[in-house]
Amino acid sequence: MGRGTEDCRANSMPLLHAPQASRGGNRRRVLVGIVAAVVFLAAVFVAGRLLWDAALATNFGEKNLAPCAAHLFGTDWMGRDMLARTLAGLSTSVFVGLLSAGCSAIIALALAVVAALGGRAADAAVSWLTDLMMGIPHIVLLILVSYALGRGFWGVTIAVATTHWGSLARVLRAEILQVKDAPHVKLAQAAGATRMQLVVRHILPAVLPQLIVGAVLAFPHAILHEASITFLGFGLSADEPAIGVILSEAMQYLSTGEWWLAVLPGAALVAVVAAFDRIGSLLRSLLGSKSVQE
Amino acid sequence: MGKKRLHIPRWVAELARLVLLLVATSMVTFVLVGLSPVDPVRQNLGQATYAQMSDAQREQLAAYWGTDTPIVTRYLRWAASALTGDFGQSLRFGRPVAEVVGERFANSAALMLTAWALAGVLGLALGVIAGSRRGGLADRAISSASYLLSSTPTFWLGLVALMVFAVWLRWAPFGFSVPLGVDAAQVGWAQKLRHLVLPALVLAVANTPSIALHTREKTIEVLASDYVRFAESRGETRAQVLRRHGLRNLVLPAITIECASLSEVFGGSVLVEQVFSYPGLGQAAVTAGLGGDAPLLVAIALASAAFVFVGNAVANVLYTVIDPRLRKGVRRG
Repeated sequence: MGRGTEDCRANSMPLLHAPQASRGGNRRRVLVGIVAAVVFLAAVFVAGRLLWDAALATNFGEKNLAPCAAHLFGTDWMGRDMLARTLAGLSTSVFVGLLSAGCSAIIALALAVVAALGGRAADAAVSWLTDLMMGIPHIVLLILVSYALGRGFWGVTIAVATTHWGSLARVLRAEILQVKDAPHVKLAQAAGATRMQLVVRHILPAVLPQLIVGAVLAFPHAILHEASITFLGFGLSADEPAIGVILSEAMQYLSTGEWWLAVLPGAALVAVVAAFDRIGSLLRSLLGSKSVQE
Repeated sequence: MGKKRLHIPRWVAELARLVLLLVATSMVTFVLVGLSPVDPVRQNLGQATYAQMSDAQREQLAAYWGTDTPIVTRYLRWAASALTGDFGQSLRFGRPVAEVVGERFANSAALMLTAWALAGVLGLALGVIAGSRRGGLADRAISSASYLLSSTPTFWLGLVALMVFAVWLRWAPFGFSVPLGVDAAQVGWAQKLRHLVLPALVLAVANTPSIALHTREKTIEVLASDYVRFAESRGETRAQVLRRHGLRNLVLPAITIECASLSEVFGGSVLVEQVFSYPGLGQAAVTAGLGGDAPLLVAIALASAAFVFVGNAVANVLYTVIDPRLRKGVRRG
């Protein structure tokens, strides 16, 4: 819409069909963006895994170094290379993010199917559960679940996975309710398809795009929340390379001028989260019938 | 369907929902705390002290922390006394939970409401500017800043702000809501205000992007509507259109978003309070969680749930004030 209406305002002429694309293949541009972001994230993940041992290696001869050619992100109070620690921490974050966002999407799908196809009581129960989950601030819920599971890697992953399905479940429920009444689904039902067959053959394929986009859009939140509760002391333990751990350690060195300990790892985290966010919004723009033309 | 036969006033239904929500929240919290493998006694004493204690002492402590009673009994006992207004003793603070939560909540409320109001006004203004100049320089600047900020962890924003404004520029005090060594009761409001500014700003900046981006979307939607096109064809300028037709239609979604953002503001305040050592509810939640202080943790979870609920209820009331169509509907019942 945007470009077209603006043009016709400028010319004050009733231009009903303005050419919407001014820069050539939109789909290609979007795909290039997605591929670039995916490559960036994969590179961060692989580099982090390769540098895992280097991230833990201490060298007291080179402690508290400011960023230089040998140590781009500087070193910490134990002489560990901060670039290696940051990348290793990010790879953990990406892994936790993927795992928990994936689980979250599956939970959302399961609850949405139950709510949309399970009758009124099931619908009410699921919607009440969603309201309850979304009625408590995320961080408080994360603290509770992570505490219940005794912290650590699985504690965080499960905490994030069990708290991020709310909005996606609502979206999917609405989608399924629409698909349920579509003629081809009614026909399959009349032809004697079981409920399971209906779900697997007709409903899942219809909501798959929404599901994928929802899962990808949950990554940034998952990663940010993982880093946040690790920072607060509820997540990954202090001996693992994790961004939250790095930043909570850096907090003790704020007043002593070692700025690189907090600034650079944090900025790297922002880059990773922004890349995930980019993938999500590009994918979403491919889905919408209007936004795909922009 | 049941509405016509049984006329329940809306506020009664809302109250019932709140009570149900709080009961469920307290149950969930108790179950989660009961599941935890973290032993609060060991957690708070440290291994060395624990190893040196006699069995009798250990039992005494276990009784004090309530780790020796089953979770259901503990919940029923807690619920019975909570109904009389007694939320138990905070194990970490050694004071009644209601007192700790009340005091901390007042501190947090000052922080959260300042940040929330700032973020709301800023987000609305930036969103309208960006949306009404879609594709322009202002839009691109606001949108990309918003996208970048929404990918930024709140606590890191706090760390960087602390570094720049407190350590380098020395404009703001370095953490703690009262100066070290001064009794909290003797601190004047000017001093408290000085310690509030930076955390509140950080929290506001962290919450602005989502409001700005939502408002931008809505502005674009409103400006693409038929009534705006009609108004423009009558010769109204963009500013007139926005003032006469845009704002009213923008305010409703804005209120939804801003009241819904209270939950995010609360979450952000936990992180910001931790970074700035601000003695609010969020910091108490972290202390309680790390120390296994179940009564305090439950009370904080309840307070946060009630806070979010009240936010949404306020939004519902405001709708009827702003939108005459909804008001009529309510009067008719």
